[in-house]
Amino acid sequence: MEITTKFLGEVKIDEQDILTFEHGLLGLEEEKKFVLLPIDADLPLAILQSVERREIGFVVAYPFAFKKDYSFEISEDDLEQLHLEKEEDVLTYSIVTMKETFQDSTINLLAPLIINLDKKCGKQIVLQDSKSYPLRYPMQSLEGSAK
Amino acid sequence: MLVLSRKKDESIMIGDQIEIKILAVEGEQIKLGIVAPKTVKVHRSEVFEAIQAQNKEALSSTTNFLEKLKKK
Repeated sequence: MEITTKFLGEVKIDEQDILTFEHGLLGLEEEKKFVLLPIDADLPLAILQSVERREIGFVVAYPFAFKKDYSFEISEDDLEQLHLEKEEDVLTYSIVTMKETFQDSTINLLAPLIINLDKKCGKQIVLQDSKSYPLRYPMQSLEGSAK
Repeated sequence: MLVLSRKKDESIMIGDQIEIKILAVEGEQIKLGIVAPKTVKVHRSEVFEAIQAQNKEALSSTTNFLEKLKKK
């Protein structure tokens, strides 16, 4: 099927690739169907695009590339909701807030997107420790080797 | 909304596993102790509101950013 995206125009997607966010995202509880789209840039970024609404599209970043020691525990409740059994099925992304320059842009480490690639579902979870995991972590500190 | 009055060191139960206890009252500030199973997440409501606002701010990202990235 073809969808209209916020950043990439018309894009052909495979229905099998649609991710279901049962609870939507925080503040966007109605949006439940998304796809992850690659972008042609030399950075660990992707697009999370709503299948139904063109204007709902986020730039997302692979957080471990920006903060090497980023780690957290997924609660049992969330594991269950996401039908997560194996660690290799987990894909983590952080929502990027893009500013005029890359240096001013931030990623949200406090509420990462947890995606189960095998079961095609996802959830935005909230971590307990808002001091270590800021809501606005500067992107300029690209640390990892994923670049 | 159910309204209950409690004194210091008194507590309330929510269901049979969640206990909220008044630990201290210091002027405008009240210290609460919360005992809940691990599966119950406890957050200050400001945290949720801040994340909701951040999601919306992220949505208003400028759309020409991809071009900028490619030039890097």
